[in-house]
Amino acid sequence: MAELGRAALVVSLGLCVYALVAGAVAAHLGRRRLALSAQNALLAAFGSTLVASAVLLSALLRNDFSFTYVASTTSEALPTAYTISAFWGGQEGSLLLWLLVLTGFAAAAVRLNRGWARDLIVWVVPVFGAVATFFAFLLVAVANPFATQAAPVDGLGMTPSLQNPYMLAHPPLLYLGYVGLTVPFAFAMGALISGRTDERWLVATRRWTLVAWTALGIGQLLGAHWAYEEVGWGGYYAWDPVENAALMPWLAATAFLHSVMIQEKRGMLRIWNVLLVLLAFSLSLFGTFLTRSGVVNSIHSFTQSSIGPWFLAFIGVVVTVSLSLVFWRLPKLRSPTRLESPISREAAFLYNNLLLLALCLTIFWGVVYPLLSEAIRGEAVVLGREYYDFFLRAFGLPLLLLMGIGPLIAWRRASLRSLLTTFRWPTGVALVTGVFLLALGAGSSVPGLIAYTFAAFVIATIILEFTRGTRARKALGATSWPGAFSSLISRNRRRYGGYVVHAAIVLLAIGVAGSSAFDTVAEAKLERGQSMEVGDYRLEYRTLDERIAANATEIRAELAVSRGDRDLGTLEAGKNAYTIEDQVSNEVGIRSDPLTGEDLFVIAEQIDADGTVYFRVFVKPLVNLIWIAGLVFLLGALITLWPDAREQRRLVERTREIGVPATR
Amino acid sequence: MTLALVFAALLAAACVVAVALPFLREPEPVSDALDELDAGERRRLELFEARDRALAGLKELEFDHRTGTVSDDDYRALVGPLRREAAGALQELEREGTEQAAEEVDGEGRPTGERIS
Repeated sequence: MAELGRAALVVSLGLCVYALVAGAVAAHLGRRRLALSAQNALLAAFGSTLVASAVLLSALLRNDFSFTYVASTTSEALPTAYTISAFWGGQEGSLLLWLLVLTGFAAAAVRLNRGWARDLIVWVVPVFGAVATFFAFLLVAVANPFATQAAPVDGLGMTPSLQNPYMLAHPPLLYLGYVGLTVPFAFAMGALISGRTDERWLVATRRWTLVAWTALGIGQLLGAHWAYEEVGWGGYYAWDPVENAALMPWLAATAFLHSVMIQEKRGMLRIWNVLLVLLAFSLSLFGTFLTRSGVVNSIHSFTQSSIGPWFLAFIGVVVTVSLSLVFWRLPKLRSPTRLESPISREAAFLYNNLLLLALCLTIFWGVVYPLLSEAIRGEAVVLGREYYDFFLRAFGLPLLLLMGIGPLIAWRRASLRSLLTTFRWPTGVALVTGVFLLALGAGSSVPGLIAYTFAAFVIATIILEFTRGTRARKALGATSWPGAFSSLISRNRRRYGGYVVHAAIVLLAIGVAGSSAFDTVAEAKLERGQSMEVGDYRLEYRTLDERIAANATEIRAELAVSRGDRDLGTLEAGKNAYTIEDQVSNEVGIRSDPLTGEDLFVIAEQIDADGTVYFRVFVKPLVNLIWIAGLVFLLGALITLWPDAREQRRLVERTREIGVPATR
Repeated sequence: MTLALVFAALLAAACVVAVALPFLREPEPVSDALDELDAGERRRLELFEARDRALAGLKELEFDHRTGTVSDDDYRALVGPLRREAAGALQELEREGTEQAAEEVDGEGRPTGERIS
């Protein structure tokens, strides 16, 4: 069936080119049927790409090693779940997933918004067509997943570290995020080309941006958990270029989600918002380039390929054309209003934007510096953890504080007296927390202590906002306190969902500060029966077992864990030797304390033939708050994303009031 | 291989039909012009946005004042400009509406093409 896959991709390419060309001609000449035809082409491209994807998935599930892609990413012994995940495990498959999600998103975004923004949509279609054409071309001409060969007896298998349940969700979520950022980009460019720089492109894309941002955020947390469990070095984020590749567009999108509120409320920052959308999309392309080109050394980059120059050229074209459009439309993008005061909510959001952007560009510099130094001096100079940690503290701590300040300041301007009254309680809570933690010995890490104090401040402001809001809703006629609370959230999902997301970021900050600034580590080479101590824990090495699993030989050292006089059971750490892939992976042992959020983390670094094992053991306080933060983040994002019937009615009503029917 | 090629041909044909559908449905339409907003409608759209922005701002200010996030002094300083903005947009819309009605009576109303659905 490889021919069907190849043909489907060629059809997709033809449809994408048609959407680009026919869409542009229709918009330029004002041809209605041609514009509709171009929109249908996007939908048909999704259908055609779906057929190609079904062919590849079917080949994977059948272990059809006559497909070169299947043979190079799977084996007979590979469990079915990982066989499915091989779809996005290799370069060609992941590009196919890009195209599938892109055409699906494009068709859906066009269909959902054409009722009330149809004069804008006609210019959005060719932009979607242009981006989709690039990926379809790559799949047809450069990285075809349907190349065939004489079928070998078995495949090469999958990289062992990818054989992890988190890999079933982490890469697709990141791709959803990367591709999702195409939607705001296409609408922004459509608005610039057509000159429709009113608010409609923002309203049309806000939820899409939120979906992409949520997917990127959750995808990164799952990736961090994968690294924590699977890579086995004792951490969850190593400032690896490919990890940074996902963080950068997320930071840019975070900045956009805040600054878009300033445009909606005050009509300001129009140029800034378009530039942020461009930046987020370009960084998502850059992220895909880093992950897939093999240009950087990364534990997450599993390919060496020839797509790098194509991607760089495309990013160059996107940035050049987009910036030219922004310059062309500068007169239309000028804001009718100005910042009234440096002490206002919009000013706080602006400071937040500057810090997010500074952090994003600092990380970008850290990623490209080794590439530039290699190109210029012939030697790749890598900026290490200290560089990133320094700027994370320099920009991240003020950002944390602003999360508490921004929501409590009025739009336009606020008086100092009002601020002193508003922040009295949160500041008091923060100071008491700081002094209390100092007394407990948290002063061993000053950034950690500052992070906890700021976190207390933010949590206090969030609780204050929910309490006062619920009280006000009750006073306005809600029948019960739960009813008032529910009404508070449902009447302003963006605001209160946003506070829940802020709470998630606070949990994340506490978890990161606790596990990195206050962790303990110990190393020891133990024979059976010997023991070691780390923090309050005592570990005794008891046995070493070897087991045969479906596709690997598992070697496990068993350790008895105790704290004081209390027996905490046993823990296993060891290695897996993958037969087909001829690779060995660390399999760490983790004991989580559900009450304190602390982890005992054991790595069997080296296992000698005589049974002696070299252990490295970490105690990571509060690390589990990072994963809980993911759940809270998802809850906040869902509250914010939940469809708002009132807003939809308002948009349709506004369209009707202008004199244009909302639907045909 | 033959079966795959048959499927491929069917897929291509289905895609061609999907793309050609607007032309097949309306071989000879009354008008093939895109439904564009004219300058007056765009102006009205901007005014509606300004009106909605001011009204939403007022609503949020009222609520923030009620919760105590905005003090009495700040509320008094902020509510006036917001009310003036909303009133200004409403007055402008009313004026535009009157002018548009007059134009339509004169037979110079907006030319209407078919809408994209």
